[in-house]
Amino acid sequence: MRQRSLVILTSVLTTGALTLTACGSRDNNSNKSGDKSNITVTIGVDAPLTGANSATGLGIQYGSQIAVDDANKNHTVPGVTFKLKAMDDKALPATGQQNATALVADSSVIGVVGPLNSGVATQMQQVFDTANMVEISPSNTSPELSQGKDWQTKKVRPYKSYFRTATTDVLQGGFAADYAYNGLKKKKAFVVDDKQTYGAGLSKIFTEQFTKLGGKVAGTDHVSTGDRDFSTLVTKIKNSGADLLYYGGQYDESEVLTKQLKDAGANIPLFGGDGMFSPTYIKTAGKASEGDLVTSIGVPVDTLPAAKDFVATYKAKKYPGDYGTYGSYSYDATTAIIKAVGQVVKDGKLPSDARAQVVEAVQKNSFDGISGKIAFDDFGDTTNKQLTVYQVKNGEWKSVHSGNFEPKS
Amino acid sequence: MNTLPQQLANGLFLGSMYGLIAIGYTMVYGIVQLINFAHGEIFMTGGFGALSVYLALPDGISMWIALPAMLLGGALVSVLIAVGAERFAYRPLRGAPRLAPLITAIGLSLALQQAVFNWYPDAKAARVFPQLPFGPYHLGSVNIQSGDVFLIVAAPLCMAALAFFVRLSRTGRAMQATAQDPGTAQLMGIDTNRIIVIAFAIGGFFAAVAGVAYGVKYGSVEYSMGFIAGLKAFTAAVLGGIGNIYGAMLGGLVLGLAEALATAYIADIPGMEQFGGQGWAAVWAFVLLILVLLFRPQGLLGERVADRA
Repeated sequence: MRQRSLVILTSVLTTGALTLTACGSRDNNSNKSGDKSNITVTIGVDAPLTGANSATGLGIQYGSQIAVDDANKNHTVPGVTFKLKAMDDKALPATGQQNATALVADSSVIGVVGPLNSGVATQMQQVFDTANMVEISPSNTSPELSQGKDWQTKKVRPYKSYFRTATTDVLQGGFAADYAYNGLKKKKAFVVDDKQTYGAGLSKIFTEQFTKLGGKVAGTDHVSTGDRDFSTLVTKIKNSGADLLYYGGQYDESEVLTKQLKDAGANIPLFGGDGMFSPTYIKTAGKASEGDLVTSIGVPVDTLPAAKDFVATYKAKKYPGDYGTYGSYSYDATTAIIKAVGQVVKDGKLPSDARAQVVEAVQKNSFDGISGKIAFDDFGDTTNKQLTVYQVKNGEWKSVHSGNFEPKS
Repeated sequence: MNTLPQQLANGLFLGSMYGLIAIGYTMVYGIVQLINFAHGEIFMTGGFGALSVYLALPDGISMWIALPAMLLGGALVSVLIAVGAERFAYRPLRGAPRLAPLITAIGLSLALQQAVFNWYPDAKAARVFPQLPFGPYHLGSVNIQSGDVFLIVAAPLCMAALAFFVRLSRTGRAMQATAQDPGTAQLMGIDTNRIIVIAFAIGGFFAAVAGVAYGVKYGSVEYSMGFIAGLKAFTAAVLGGIGNIYGAMLGGLVLGLAEALATAYIADIPGMEQFGGQGWAAVWAFVLLILVLLFRPQGLLGERVADRA
């Protein structure tokens, strides 16, 4: 019987051991510049660069890269050369926290762009705030990050060094519910989320607004990240009589979910948030994605006149990843840090409390970015409230409705 | 509408896939008493092998021609890796304490995962897998998709072939003999090394079939897919009685059905609402495993043989 217990013991041990393997290699890319200037300032980028969410994560890295290259080329800050330090958080909160610690420890880093995931941000904010280092996320949408845990009743900004160029889920979830009820005329939604900070928050806000408008929730369920078999869930959705599936989460699960949903003969659209807004979603789900919808922050990047050069550069350099989702927000977040550095630098030198001064400068700054006007309110949230609904038409995301959303209370 | 038939079917398809992978665990354990934790990765490389074959074939080729070639290619990759692992990683450790090959297996599992992650083109995220051109079919209220059709045809066929092979062929009988007592089998003139290689190869072949099934069922393959699938299949093998090939298949089916039914109906039990749903699927699967191990430690079809257990 000794060997039998070995079987049990090893099964338990390996569960633990193999879980650890999810955190592995890390690519550190930095950019060298031949420009002769007095000082070099590093801007950190943290996003998932491999594995889950990496398509949009790479869009953040290279959006930031282009901003740094542009600043160096145009000598935006005379005497200062900017350099990028990209860290891969693999969409794991613990890895994000390690990266944050590493970035803080690197004395050449003045500020950080990222992360992609709200759940990762919750673990990084404190680290940056203690070090007085500015953190601007191009994509975090969870309201808690800037308005505190009780944001629905009493808004309190938890970290003064945290900013974002993305609109929050309060607007996004509400905007989606509004469009689902009034635009699509859907009355019965089945709501699924992935139990993560972003997904669960988004679907909760959607549900509240949707029921407030008069819609009904046919059922709710939760999936685990990494799940691939949704057949049971799909059967439940199909039998609930729902005419819409709202999904709070990332494309990694929803692209498989929508495929299984349509294959099972349930012809209802899947509606999600910006975490799903990626060509990868369409590529993997194939025809099943036709008619599916997402909301995303801002207006389509390809229609922005100011972003034309950005898109052209991104394509010309053949950078990997999707620039469409957060690339322009990442560019603007990076530019906000660069501009702040420009205000802080005195006589070609950084003051000793440069990091803290950059935080203040970012808060006060206001400029025209490529995604629109960039300014931050008292909570560090962007003042830009534009949102867009995109729908898959003939295998491509097409914008169907843009607008501003103000939550009614 | 009554969802029970559909949920049973869902469980059956999922369970068939677990069963196919579980065969590899159980064959190897039955003969060399080694838990080959790299088997989940052999399943994964089978999927990628099949995908490579598809990508090498000319564009727009009919899936009826591509599928057999993909199965063959996937099987070739899986079998080569399984046999290579046996030859170079496990055989040198055959006389070593049991923990040594086990740790080796875990190391090999990580190495294979990282190898695909680093070197297979675009494998850092999920890669799209080609789909079968037929289906879905409707049988009453039950909906069967093309990937499921592949599974319900492939799994019983493979199982039947394996059962005949082990029972009737010379090599199969030699296998049974080696499983019972390797030392005596060797004295009777059986080349046990060859038998062990064959056991690994069969496991690899089954894993490749499961890998292709995974691809056509879920529409994509990824470097990390062997981890959860391998763990569930190992659970299935233990559930059915590790070392017993029928047990592996039965264990897979029981596990798949349990997962599907728990996901679908636990939430309907009053007071259990929060324990139902997709997010709890794996929890119920492992609860079942613990229960079976508590009341029937040798597994559903396991034998109560002292020197085997």
